[in-house]
Amino acid sequence: MSEQVGTTPVAPAEAEGGGWTGAVRRRAVRALPPDKLLPDTQPAYVASWIYVFGVLTLAAFIVVLASGCVLAVKGPAWWHTSGFGHYVNSMHLWSVELFMAFMVIHLWGKFFMAAWRGRRALTWITGSVAFLGSVGTAFTGYLAQQNFDSQWIATQAKDGLNSVGIGAYFNVLDFGQMLMWHIVLLPAVVGILVVWHILLVRRRGVVPPIALSDRLDEAAPSTESVPEPVLSTVPDAEREAGS
Amino acid sequence: MSRRVRDAEPDPYSFGSRPYDLVKEFTIALLAVLALTFVLAAVFSSPDDKPMTIASWAKADPGDFTATALAELDGSSGTAGYGPPYNTAADGQKLGPLALAKLAGVTHPIDTAQAFVLGPLGSALQNTPVTAALSTYSGAAADQQAKWTGAYSDALTKANGDPTKVAAGDYGPVPVLLTQLLAQAQAGSLDGALLSEGGFYQTDYTLPLLFLADGSDLAAQADTQHLSGDQWGMMNETGNFPGQAWLWLYTFWYQISPFNSSDNADAQVWGIMALLSLVLVFVPFIPGLRSIPRLVPIYRLIWRQHYAEQRQRRP
Amino acid sequence: MVNNFAALGAAPVDLNGPGHYLNWGVIQISVANLVVVGIMLLVFVLAILLRFPRGRDRK
Repeated sequence: MSEQVGTTPVAPAEAEGGGWTGAVRRRAVRALPPDKLLPDTQPAYVASWIYVFGVLTLAAFIVVLASGCVLAVKGPAWWHTSGFGHYVNSMHLWSVELFMAFMVIHLWGKFFMAAWRGRRALTWITGSVAFLGSVGTAFTGYLAQQNFDSQWIATQAKDGLNSVGIGAYFNVLDFGQMLMWHIVLLPAVVGILVVWHILLVRRRGVVPPIALSDRLDEAAPSTESVPEPVLSTVPDAEREAGS
Repeated sequence: MSRRVRDAEPDPYSFGSRPYDLVKEFTIALLAVLALTFVLAAVFSSPDDKPMTIASWAKADPGDFTATALAELDGSSGTAGYGPPYNTAADGQKLGPLALAKLAGVTHPIDTAQAFVLGPLGSALQNTPVTAALSTYSGAAADQQAKWTGAYSDALTKANGDPTKVAAGDYGPVPVLLTQLLAQAQAGSLDGALLSEGGFYQTDYTLPLLFLADGSDLAAQADTQHLSGDQWGMMNETGNFPGQAWLWLYTFWYQISPFNSSDNADAQVWGIMALLSLVLVFVPFIPGLRSIPRLVPIYRLIWRQHYAEQRQRRP
Repeated sequence: MVNNFAALGAAPVDLNGPGHYLNWGVIQISVANLVVVGIMLLVFVLAILLRFPRGRDRK
């Protein structure tokens, strides 16, 4: 199945050609070559239990999605009348509690590591927006319970949202709308942010430790080729004198 | 030049590396979380307090139901006086100078007298006294209607909210209408009637929920479960289950002055939380805030092995 | 008016029933939430303090 590629015969070296597809492929592979996408080594300084909370959050997210899928099979009213359905609902609730707990611990750790250093601001941004999106997803989930709790949450939350005009378009009293935001729109947004977040971590690598002093010889032999404009500096007055 | 080199972070692999199995780590994490979830769900289950229905409310508290129905009829209920997005009876809240609610407008118009009282009564098959009462009420002028509802409201208050103990008086067709509405509610037809006002297929519970919220029983039940706004309710769950603990800062503002008495509290708190959310997202760019990790040096503990090794390597 | 589907399989630890709350000035928190947050803080501290097993090879 050969394709016409302009007037230049396609060379195996893939330096150019292939149209849009080739360009996207080259860009993707340049940003994330396979051994960067799935490395089998890690930097030596990754030596703390705090580092497991990212993957724990991801694992919990998957359990949340999976339990949600099971609930979707029989519809939103199933769990009220089926013992097994109630158990799956319980799994959904507790995996969400675990997800939020692991995510917040992960956030605490990343904050105190100043993990946005070295061109990693977007990693922080995607992570924190995913956090906010998760809060919103959980909120719509509570609205979709179809029990007393959801009645109360809906009639209370409407005041907050109406007060700033959002309630005019996002009606928390509309079960159908809230359910679709909960199972379609918000998980998609959170999912995209999570994937982007993880790819950024793979692309930039795990953030190195904060240097204990500002002496030049403290810097490792190979610095990044493009020094980053001031995102991670601390004014001299605040910098600690050596360790 | 030296400052720029300092600013750049070293390559992650410049301090050495070790073999590491990412996929294995993920698999172990997934199995661990799955196991934890199975156990937590089995041990603690999840809450499912039955919803309040208009029928259950009307049966348990006919006085409150009647008073609420009267308030919907005479326009004194919470929904009737709410403003956008339900009506123009009020302007809605303001965030500083911004009247965002008013700007968004009335997108879910509700005429409370019609939606909650006259409509459900009119759409059901009624006997002659009720049909007559309906046409008398609908045919009367607005100030005549107000006289009847006002008089009945006063009489109901004097009777301590018990519609069966209301003294005789000139209330026009109002008592007949409300008595019939109560009967419909207790029989369960009002739940369905309010839901299907928009059509056969419905997922919008706006009318039944607003009606319940206009009464006192929903709030009273919430209060016994510590779900009220002044009880940090946003964070809580029914029973002894953990709730949405991550909403602690959102609900905090409602507990303190000036928000606990402000007419615009909802808009103000929303504005504060929107601002703080932006702060969270843009921490890397905020001087002072982004320096906290250096000032509170937890990082020294996290990377203590690394620092020890670096000290050993340097002569 | 509180009704539950406990009949469908009561959990070993029944968290339904009146909630327990602690008050401290303006702060009001459920025991459940306090336990959750307390465990999170404990786990965070442990994650930082507990020694991480040393890796094998250094390249």
